[in-house]
Amino acid sequence: MKLINKSHVAKRMPVRLAVNTICKGLFFLATLVGLIVLAILFYRIFTQGIGHLNGDFLQNFASRKPEEAGIKAALIGSVWLMAVVAPVSLMLGVGTAIYLEEYARKNWITTFIKVNISNLAGVPSIVFGLLGLTVFVRALALDRSVLAAGLTMSLLVLSVIIVAAQEAIRAVPRDLREASFGMGATKWQTIRKVVLPAAIPGILTGGILALSRAIGETAPLVVVGIPLFIAFLPQTVLDTFTVLPMQIYNWTSRPQEEFQQVAAAGIIVLLILLIVMNSIAVLIRNKFQKRY
Amino acid sequence: MELRKTETYSVQQMILEKKSKKKVNVEKIIPKLLFLMAAISVFTTIGIILTLIFETFIFFDRVSIVEFFTESKWLPFASVPSFGIMPLIVGTLKITLIAAVVAVPVGLATAIFLSEYASEKTRRIIKPILEVLAGIPTIVYGFFALTFVTPVLRDLFPSLDMFNALSPGIVVGIMIMPMVASLSEDALVSVPKSIREGAYALGATKLETTIKVVLPAAVSGIVASVVLGLSRAIGETMIVSVAGGSTPSMDMDVTSSIQTMTAYIVQVSSGDAGYGTTIYYSIYAVGMTLFVFTLVMNLLAQFISRRFREEY
Repeated sequence: MKLINKSHVAKRMPVRLAVNTICKGLFFLATLVGLIVLAILFYRIFTQGIGHLNGDFLQNFASRKPEEAGIKAALIGSVWLMAVVAPVSLMLGVGTAIYLEEYARKNWITTFIKVNISNLAGVPSIVFGLLGLTVFVRALALDRSVLAAGLTMSLLVLSVIIVAAQEAIRAVPRDLREASFGMGATKWQTIRKVVLPAAIPGILTGGILALSRAIGETAPLVVVGIPLFIAFLPQTVLDTFTVLPMQIYNWTSRPQEEFQQVAAAGIIVLLILLIVMNSIAVLIRNKFQKRY
Repeated sequence: MELRKTETYSVQQMILEKKSKKKVNVEKIIPKLLFLMAAISVFTTIGIILTLIFETFIFFDRVSIVEFFTESKWLPFASVPSFGIMPLIVGTLKITLIAAVVAVPVGLATAIFLSEYASEKTRRIIKPILEVLAGIPTIVYGFFALTFVTPVLRDLFPSLDMFNALSPGIVVGIMIMPMVASLSEDALVSVPKSIREGAYALGATKLETTIKVVLPAAVSGIVASVVLGLSRAIGETMIVSVAGGSTPSMDMDVTSSIQTMTAYIVQVSSGDAGYGTTIYYSIYAVGMTLFVFTLVMNLLAQFISRRFREEY
């Protein structure tokens, strides 16, 4: 009894192989879409903005005249924002991660916290802006300050940092902890002197990636009410300020053609900042990556 | 520590001495402190929900909830204002649908290429590029939509308005594509090699194996990734604010100006609607609607990936 009609299979084979090759080509083309878009985006922004990018652009304040417009207030403002977001979000994020990985018992409270964190990650950033507007700007009367915006942003990136820190802490092998306990160290001593040092590269990498998200976010700050046009620098965390993405948004939404070039120059500054931060993250990851 | 030669001095005594010196018991306090930090993430969620509920209630005191959901016009700035959220929802769904048409095929094909066809070397080049694409701030995408995609589309379709749904929709699709691709790829990679090899042994080509064996096995993860991507598209703000315009409309036309829920919140926030006005409270009602939309989609994604997961 012949189970397989070989001649039939042989007849169909070339078509099946051809379809396989064609589809492989299509899948590859789809993969190229991402690369091509990225190339066009960088090329467009670079050619539009490079003419405007010079020392004056970095040192001038925003102006109604496109040729005099600069990015000083926004650039310094972004640094101020990071000065609030980095310590607050890292402290809360790493603390939460240590609690969940090292101390938390398996009960409904822990499960609730974990489910809550994963849902928080899916809340649109603009909703965090509404939270910041109500709680920090109005209820705590922080007004449109660096602190109000920084706290809002910290809550926004908190879930990213928690997840990254949890992964880093989980990757520290049990042996290290047990060796430390075996030497008579207490739980907190073990965490502080053994687990955290081993997990710090992973935590820093995740932290920097989260901060680079915070530095590019616009929507929550618009809702909080950070001004789009400002010509002074903040002196304390209670002063008002503006940041790079807000300044870019302001320039982009102006009708004059010239301001689009100014916006492109601002985007170049923002992208350079992001590239520097991400490179540091990659460097840390590669330099301190230990395999246990 | 000075050594005392005359008396015996054991390690145990040293430990006891050291312990008695400490007045505060760090070991007891630290877990409580860390628990408080963990509780802040819960308070954030509670804060979001309470904020939205309270301010939305004030809004519904002034505008009837029935009008909010049934009225077909969103004209908050008119002399006789009309608050019907449907046009904003329609605008949001238009953007989401266009984004899905771009992101799902391209993202899925990219995931299949990376997981089934590409060599390790190609993967190592392409994955970081997708990460860069995913890390670009949305305001940059907005600028790109307004200054590049819209002009190109207007050359192709001269009837297209300066502000339209098509251009930001496509760009939102590009923005969520890396996320769909990378989550779908994770789902495909986690399908064990043995069932692929079973298909090859039966004489299937790579494509047949992928479509008839690997994709069905990974379908829960893929659907979850698409739902998550679409939830991002619904909440996306800056691209639609910059390139989508500010005209809420009910029709299905993608060539004219629209407004999404997020873009409305931005429009009010960057204007000068005073604190306490009905318009001020309307952004919370819109925010609440947006929050419910994304929450339902995120829960749906979690449900799908848990309920329909194939265990090997």
